[in-house]
Amino acid sequence: MAEPQPVLEMTGIVKEFPGVRALSGVDFRLFPGEIHALMGENGAGKSTLIKVLTGVYSLDGGTITLDGESVRFGSPLHAQHAGISTVYQEVNLCPNLSVAENIFIGREPTRWGRIRWKQLRREAAELVDRLGLDIDVTAPLSAYPLAVQQLVAIVRAVGTGDSDGEGSGTKVLVLDEPTSSLDRDEVLELFRLMRRLRDEGVAILFVTHFLDQVYEICDRMTVLRNGAHVGEHPVGELDQVGLVQLMIGKALGQLEELHDQQLHADVGEPFLRASGLGRTGAVAPFDLEIKKGEVVGLAGLLGSGRTELARLLFGADQPDSGTVTIDGSRIPMHAPNDAIAAGVAFCSENRRTEGLVPELTVRENIILALQAARGWTRPIPAAQRDELVTRYITALDIRPADPEARVGRLSGGNQQKVLLARWLITRPKLLILDEPTRGIDVGAKAEIQKLVVSLSEDGMSVLYIAAELEEVLRLSHTVGVLRDRRLVARIANGPDITTGRILETIASGEDQ
Amino acid sequence: MTTTPRWRALTHHHLFWPVAVLVLLLLVNVPFTPDFFSIRMTDGHLYGSLVSIVLFGSPLILVAVGMTLVIATGGIDLSVGAVVAITGALACSYLSDQTDQGALSGVLLAMALGLAAAAVCGLWNGFLVARMGIQPIIATLIIMVAGRGVAQLITDGQIITVNSEPYKLIGGGYWLTLPFSIFVVAAVVAVTVALTRRTALGLLVESVGGNAEASRLVGIRSRRIKIMVYVFCALCAGIAGLMISSNTSAADGNNAGLWIELDAILAVVIGGTSLLGGRFSVGGTVVGALVIQTLTTTIYTIGVPTQTNLVFKAAVVIVVCLLQSPKFRAKVFGARRSGAKGGGTPDTSPADAAPAPEAAPRMEVS
Repeated sequence: MAEPQPVLEMTGIVKEFPGVRALSGVDFRLFPGEIHALMGENGAGKSTLIKVLTGVYSLDGGTITLDGESVRFGSPLHAQHAGISTVYQEVNLCPNLSVAENIFIGREPTRWGRIRWKQLRREAAELVDRLGLDIDVTAPLSAYPLAVQQLVAIVRAVGTGDSDGEGSGTKVLVLDEPTSSLDRDEVLELFRLMRRLRDEGVAILFVTHFLDQVYEICDRMTVLRNGAHVGEHPVGELDQVGLVQLMIGKALGQLEELHDQQLHADVGEPFLRASGLGRTGAVAPFDLEIKKGEVVGLAGLLGSGRTELARLLFGADQPDSGTVTIDGSRIPMHAPNDAIAAGVAFCSENRRTEGLVPELTVRENIILALQAARGWTRPIPAAQRDELVTRYITALDIRPADPEARVGRLSGGNQQKVLLARWLITRPKLLILDEPTRGIDVGAKAEIQKLVVSLSEDGMSVLYIAAELEEVLRLSHTVGVLRDRRLVARIANGPDITTGRILETIASGEDQ
Repeated sequence: MTTTPRWRALTHHHLFWPVAVLVLLLLVNVPFTPDFFSIRMTDGHLYGSLVSIVLFGSPLILVAVGMTLVIATGGIDLSVGAVVAITGALACSYLSDQTDQGALSGVLLAMALGLAAAAVCGLWNGFLVARMGIQPIIATLIIMVAGRGVAQLITDGQIITVNSEPYKLIGGGYWLTLPFSIFVVAAVVAVTVALTRRTALGLLVESVGGNAEASRLVGIRSRRIKIMVYVFCALCAGIAGLMISSNTSAADGNNAGLWIELDAILAVVIGGTSLLGGRFSVGGTVVGALVIQTLTTTIYTIGVPTQTNLVFKAAVVIVVCLLQSPKFRAKVFGARRSGAKGGGTPDTSPADAAPAPEAAPRMEVS
């Protein structure tokens, strides 16, 4: 390419939310006829950048230039009229309407206020045909599987530009994680359509969590980290290891080793065994064994399926394949109750939405799991309840040390401790901790990690998920590595296992 | 700061505003009815405005107490008015077929029949909400609309009158100088408080209403709990239905308990239970129901013209709701109350407002 003009240029983009700077001076260029990957971990600012581009969020700083003209979009519709169309992860169409209606919804060809149905169907059929798809436009959208609906959403997005612009058509197509719920063949079909559009000169901005797909379809990529632009590279010039380093901001070779072996060596009998456990769209079928007293750490990029795996082991989501055996007997996993009865506890990463009941008191939140297990007719005797609550408030140093305080008012670290206390008083055999140290201060972090070590010494198994690789390595006997929603490796921890080694596994997807 | 800690503790008690409104409403009556607070004994029965307020408010208190638990789970039950009608219709039509309407066994059986029908209605509501996942407002709308038809079917479209001394007792009789219905209400309230606070039911209900997903992940069988509260609510409405039909010795499928669901919801809200679910207060609901009944009485005693009494009622309700809103109070009495910050005002604390900005940049959910 001989220095063509970018169709879209975003310079110094700043977006602030109260208290947080989501984007700090991000540059982004998009050339006509390219597929450009926007990469970054969750929270890096990908979605925010897209929402600024498509007019969902207003701009706090920086400029957007489209076709050499400075633009500023007040609404998604505005952006659409200018030739920027977006397809989101969830299909936003009407399943009860026909494919043709969905493609033209909101901009039906009319004459004197009446919709010209024949023209609508003909134009829809032409559009679908031109893009090389085999879809009956008169059939209701719901007659097609999700993957085809996704394609229809893209056709609709492309068509929007076609009829609205002054012959300019869609210049920029934004695809925000369109592949997350598609299987391999469906992804190939999508890629075929994407290549076709690219060859027609459309600039495609592609967001995905799947590294392999980036290397399969994209021409260039821009990497974001913590709201800042950290690199723009042609795909051929940055390998997967380099990309992962950019995304998480650490060089593999230079990582300082913080690996202190304070873990006890002996772990006992197998406690939980998952075989072929999986759920479509969440995590591919995996085998995993957790022994008594063992700490299994899960490593992987954000969005790689760590949480999804944990939720399957707890029955928070129903698996659609595989089995779970606990202590030798098979557990049905229809609901969390089944796992809880077998001695599994789960502290969600979303403390506020999936953990605590904010308006209840510390005491009530702490006894909730134990009380739920006993049923409503057998309240915990007041004396025993108060003794338990006081003991755990003291042991975990929950502040304020007031059982009557409303939990919603506690700091993040203390809320996390309340959640831990809630499960610890049920004496679980396996404790699943999803990001237990996220968003809490250093002191509380260390306390929680120490607690994990001592629990494991007492024979409790722990499944530990954390974004910090050092944390996972320090605590785990075994590290499971996830990548692209697949458990790709189980590595027995030892002196020769380094964060660098884990990172390489994450990047390459294989255990060397 | 002139406010003493004790005064602050009092004004921040969850029953302070409902009770304050109730007292205020009662006082409004005095200039119009000077002997409003006097209670006199006639024929061994206590009479007076206060007694009548409790007596006429009894069905509403019952319905509102049941409604409280449903609302605490984050639901709502619009069908209670229709359940009132069905229960009364079934009990009276059974009773009117008896040769000896005064026989105690017949009366008890009639009441059991009515309550059984109420329980079936509650089961149906609970089934739709908890098992089928239908929104409570829609699920309970079914019986709200169809239930009156069922009541009409039972009574053949007639108003069935009964003539039974034992049946008359529930809603119109006296015992130990007081209206018998007051004892029924007291018993139901006591049972409800014991059921929710002596067992763990109250905690689990509040948990389900406060955070349904967290409750599921903590292993609470929320379906069972929801079904239970809908049945309980329908039973309360059923007792109210017996009371209303007993008071008039007649079952009117059309008008018995008409719009009582709206008054009951209002009573729950005035009592300080949030329509979003979570924390509930049975005591608050009782006060709330008394506020509404007092308001109705007041409208008559101060002589508001009949055509405008709904407007008057609405105006008072708006004022009551505004007074209960911490935000409104902060605005109106802001200067005086700023010192009380952090002292336990419900809702809108800074800690509650905090997650919004925190959540904003985490829009990326994979």
